[in-house]
Amino acid sequence: MNATPDTSPMGANRIIPSAPASSAGAESRISARDVTVHYGEKQAIFGVSMEVPEKSVTAFIGPSGCGKSTFLRCFNRMNDTIEGCRVGGEITIDGEDIHRPSLDVVELRARVGMVFQKPNPFPKSIYDNIAYGPRIHGLVKSKAETDALVESSLKKAGLWKEVSDRLDQPGTGLSGGQQQRLCIARTIATGPEVILMDEPCSALDPIATSIVEDLIHELREQYTIIIVTHSMQQAARVSQKTAFFHLGKLIEYGETEQIFVNPREKQTEAYITGRIG
Amino acid sequence: MTSVLIAALALILMGVAYQQGVSRSRALAGASRLHSRPQYHGAFLALWATVPLLFVLLIWVVTSGMIQDWYIASQIPAEILPGTTEYASAAARLRNIASGFGVAGEIAPWEAEAGEGLARFMTILRLSIVALGALLGVAGLLVMRARLSPRLRARNHVETVIKTVLIFCSIVAILTTIGIVVSLVTETVRFFTYVSPVDFFFGTVWNPGYSTTSNEASGSYGMLPLLAGTVMISAIAMLVALPVGLMSAIWLTQYATPRLRNVIKPVIEVLAGIPTIVYGFFALVTVGPALSAFGDFIGFGINATSALTAGIVMGIMIIPFISSLSDDIIRQVPRAMRDGSLGLGATKSETIRMVIVPAALPGIVGAILLAVSRAIGETMIVVLAAGNAPILRFDPTEPVSTFTVTIVTALTGDADFASPQSLVAFALGLTLFVITLMLNIGALVIVRKYREQYE
Amino acid sequence: MTEALETEAEANTRRRAQVRKSLSRRNRAEKRFKMLGLGSVLAAMAFVAVLFGNILTNGLPAFWQFNIDAEVYFDPEIINVPEVPVQQAGQSDADFRAEMLGWQRRLAMVNWNRILVSSVEGALAEAETADGAGTVTEIDTRSAQSIIDSGARFVLRDMVLADPTIIGERREMQLLLSADGDNWAKGKLSRDLPDDRQQLSRAARDAIDLLTEEGIVHRAFAWHIFTNVDSRSSPASAGLAGAFVGSFYMMLVVILLAVPIGVSSAIYLEEFAPKNPFTDLIEVNINNLAAVPSIVFGLLGAAVFINIFHLPLSAPLVGGLVLTLMTLPTIIIATRSALRAVPPSLRQAALGIGASKTQMVFHHVLPVTYPGILTASILGVAQALGETAPLLLIGMNAFVANVPATPMDQSAALPVQIYLWQGNENRNFFEERTFAAIIVLLALMILLNALAIWLRGRLERKA
Repeated sequence: MNATPDTSPMGANRIIPSAPASSAGAESRISARDVTVHYGEKQAIFGVSMEVPEKSVTAFIGPSGCGKSTFLRCFNRMNDTIEGCRVGGEITIDGEDIHRPSLDVVELRARVGMVFQKPNPFPKSIYDNIAYGPRIHGLVKSKAETDALVESSLKKAGLWKEVSDRLDQPGTGLSGGQQQRLCIARTIATGPEVILMDEPCSALDPIATSIVEDLIHELREQYTIIIVTHSMQQAARVSQKTAFFHLGKLIEYGETEQIFVNPREKQTEAYITGRIG
Repeated sequence: MTSVLIAALALILMGVAYQQGVSRSRALAGASRLHSRPQYHGAFLALWATVPLLFVLLIWVVTSGMIQDWYIASQIPAEILPGTTEYASAAARLRNIASGFGVAGEIAPWEAEAGEGLARFMTILRLSIVALGALLGVAGLLVMRARLSPRLRARNHVETVIKTVLIFCSIVAILTTIGIVVSLVTETVRFFTYVSPVDFFFGTVWNPGYSTTSNEASGSYGMLPLLAGTVMISAIAMLVALPVGLMSAIWLTQYATPRLRNVIKPVIEVLAGIPTIVYGFFALVTVGPALSAFGDFIGFGINATSALTAGIVMGIMIIPFISSLSDDIIRQVPRAMRDGSLGLGATKSETIRMVIVPAALPGIVGAILLAVSRAIGETMIVVLAAGNAPILRFDPTEPVSTFTVTIVTALTGDADFASPQSLVAFALGLTLFVITLMLNIGALVIVRKYREQYE
Repeated sequence: MTEALETEAEANTRRRAQVRKSLSRRNRAEKRFKMLGLGSVLAAMAFVAVLFGNILTNGLPAFWQFNIDAEVYFDPEIINVPEVPVQQAGQSDADFRAEMLGWQRRLAMVNWNRILVSSVEGALAEAETADGAGTVTEIDTRSAQSIIDSGARFVLRDMVLADPTIIGERREMQLLLSADGDNWAKGKLSRDLPDDRQQLSRAARDAIDLLTEEGIVHRAFAWHIFTNVDSRSSPASAGLAGAFVGSFYMMLVVILLAVPIGVSSAIYLEEFAPKNPFTDLIEVNINNLAAVPSIVFGLLGAAVFINIFHLPLSAPLVGGLVLTLMTLPTIIIATRSALRAVPPSLRQAALGIGASKTQMVFHHVLPVTYPGILTASILGVAQALGETAPLLLIGMNAFVANVPATPMDQSAALPVQIYLWQGNENRNFFEERTFAAIIVLLALMILLNALAIWLRGRLERKA
């Protein structure tokens, strides 16, 4: 992927955190360089570069329409599914370009899972919802293996106790919060290394939200998580790093605490104090 | 000529009334604020002036023939008995004399007198009817004009009339259904006085034994052979239409670029607009012989007119029906569902087969039911290409017969309308109606539930 | 539990290997599935292509029929009829008509075939002269007669009827070849069959070959397909005029009844109807009517219009009424969806400035939906135009050789004409003719649809 030339002078977009890898001591696994996204004629993302540390939660915040979700969808190439959408620049995971021809998008998405804004369980039983990914990827060979994987995934998502007695019932019959945790369990079941979450709590009530947030907290131990959120409080609660986007540009990226307590950019400050949004 | 004059009269009356209403209400508007705009006062008066006139004319149109017959009856000498041919020709002669056309041959004095009398009578009557209508119209105009006032809710009155007309139009659909049900049921009941319902519904032999002399049921009227033919042809049609239609819909919604879709969709839908008689003829002269030749080629006897021929062509006809219904239904599956599967790393086809189609399944089932109901009721293709052989057998390469074919043959033959050979068409029609009705209601219920699920 | 034993990194590597292993199989499945979809689309398009290709290749030749250029001598010896009667003063209309009919009957009894036979003989003689062979082939009367369409008799009779002074004159005329003659000239009949299995005698076949060679028998556009009525005795000159007019009357009835009633009904249901069981009943009812097989409407027509109201059999009025009832649901449903597409903001704006509900509907909503209503109506009419089955049940399968003067007269209709022609025993000739009638019907339907698209585009641009 070639870097688009018009993005090179935008130095302001390349704020590399002053103290990299300070949190959890992990080295960067995902890095984006000069990423641009066009929808037809319209440009949505302008040369964004950043390093996402491993096994931590990174939050993308910004006013709606700032491109944070679009940028998130670059990491598992979900933008490929949108007609007329072109992605430029380079994204690497473990140093490997995700756009390289030898990489099948299926393989990428098995590694980089995604949880969506609205809970979207398939019209199948809870069991089949979880088993769906492992089955299509050929990760399970026997019924026993599948059973075990379903159980462990549900346990990791903290849903096992609630649904263990009704695995054969439709996933759409669960409450909103449970559905979203089902979707998280479904993602976990394929054994991803990275989980992208696109405003996972926006359709949930406060109690369900706090349960999901606790879950994210636990999942951090094992997965690299990038979460897009419209709620600054949520970003502050769950993330170690925060990136602030505005009008398709990365304005500021740094330790969550620093962003909220001591933003370097005027625009960031304006946003977190509620003057733009 | 007179009708033109009458129409002109009605139009003039309407125009005058409208004008009166407008100007009068304008004048009233000086005193206090009008409830309705002057145009509504005009329309109000116009309605009051023309509706009575039209009503009277309507009565005249319906009754004038009867009145004329009554007058003629009073003039024809008593020795010519009503109901005989002499009576009819005498009446016709009187009418021709009255109309001034004249008759061939000598005109008897009584004929001349009666003819002139008839002409005079009808002219006077027609004039007085028109006069009565006009009088009523003018009366309506004058009375209502006097009642015009600023507070008159003219607009509401006019709107009530409009609404009544609209309601009446909506009721036409109900009347149609009632008409269908009542006529089918009464004729079926008549049919069952000749043939027992048990023999009809469960009989395995169809052989109505056309006899021109008696009205007795001289044959067997078992509908099972027809049912078997109908089901067989519909099944073959669905075997053709379902895979092609569904896969086309899937390809068009999931794989095709919008530009390609915009070109291909209308081309496929052309198939839906072609009259069925065209398909029937195509089946008869092209598909049938081609199938038969193919059968010879692989050493397998296929009749040129057979369930297979009719079924395949009917399947082609139904393809756009299935594909456009499925297209709509697949589009209604939320994008989130698709993204969820793709986000897990499923390929497009895995997503379609394991998520989108199962999610759309109820809707697709509804579409299939509608398509089956259409296949069962389809007439011209089977009339031309199915071979019309009402024999109970299950070999698709042989000619068969269906409900619709038998209805057509029963009612286009020479049999008397009241004979069981004709009446059986209504019994078959009723059965067909009930079957399609159930399929349609089932489909509607399923589709409606499906829509609600994703709304 | 393998996961518990292996490290996280190992598990990831194992999973990645498993996914990669499944890829080639899955990509093949993906390709297969996509091909299946594409194949279905191509199959559907191929059906369209085959259908139209078949119709056009079979039907277009029918529009060019073989004709013979011949000199016709209106021989007074053969046409021996008295002077044409003139209405005398004091003669009643009825008497004059009787006399005139008598004269016409005399004219009809004239042996027109003799005139035609001598024309054919003349043409043959001319061909032989041109050919230079000089051998005068004798042609018997029956063979000569079998070459020319028997409808030519009526052409000659009508010429005399229109202008009695023509008797005794010679006219250069272009006469249609008979159906068998046309088949032979077009090469549709096998030349290898023995004489006893040929429809035409050897003399007639040789005569046609010679005349064709000399260009005296040649193809010409068959305008009569559009201007003549159906005919059984002279199939070569059979045309669609009666069917055109019959279908036109029916469409007129449909337009005058189905469109206003359907649109009014849709307006009521969409804009005024209160939400109550009665309205629900109407709605369910309309949805069901839309899916009732068309033949059931034919049964309704037969039972109610024909058997109870005693309306005439085979009349366009009855056909129009049946088709009206059949198209009504289509028009109602399409109009309703057009009305539903009007944004609520427009309605609220109209109500907001103090319009009554009726005013809102008629002044604001309806004008916006004209294109939709128009398209709905035209599509309904197109559907009615091609419908056959219900018409058969109200007696329209009868052979009618007249152009109906009023909608109450017996008449044919285009789709029914196709049905009748396909059933004609002279398959050799009528197969092509039926395809030609199908081309005409499809052309009309395409024209209607094109009109709908064009009008829609125009109206929408204006709106």
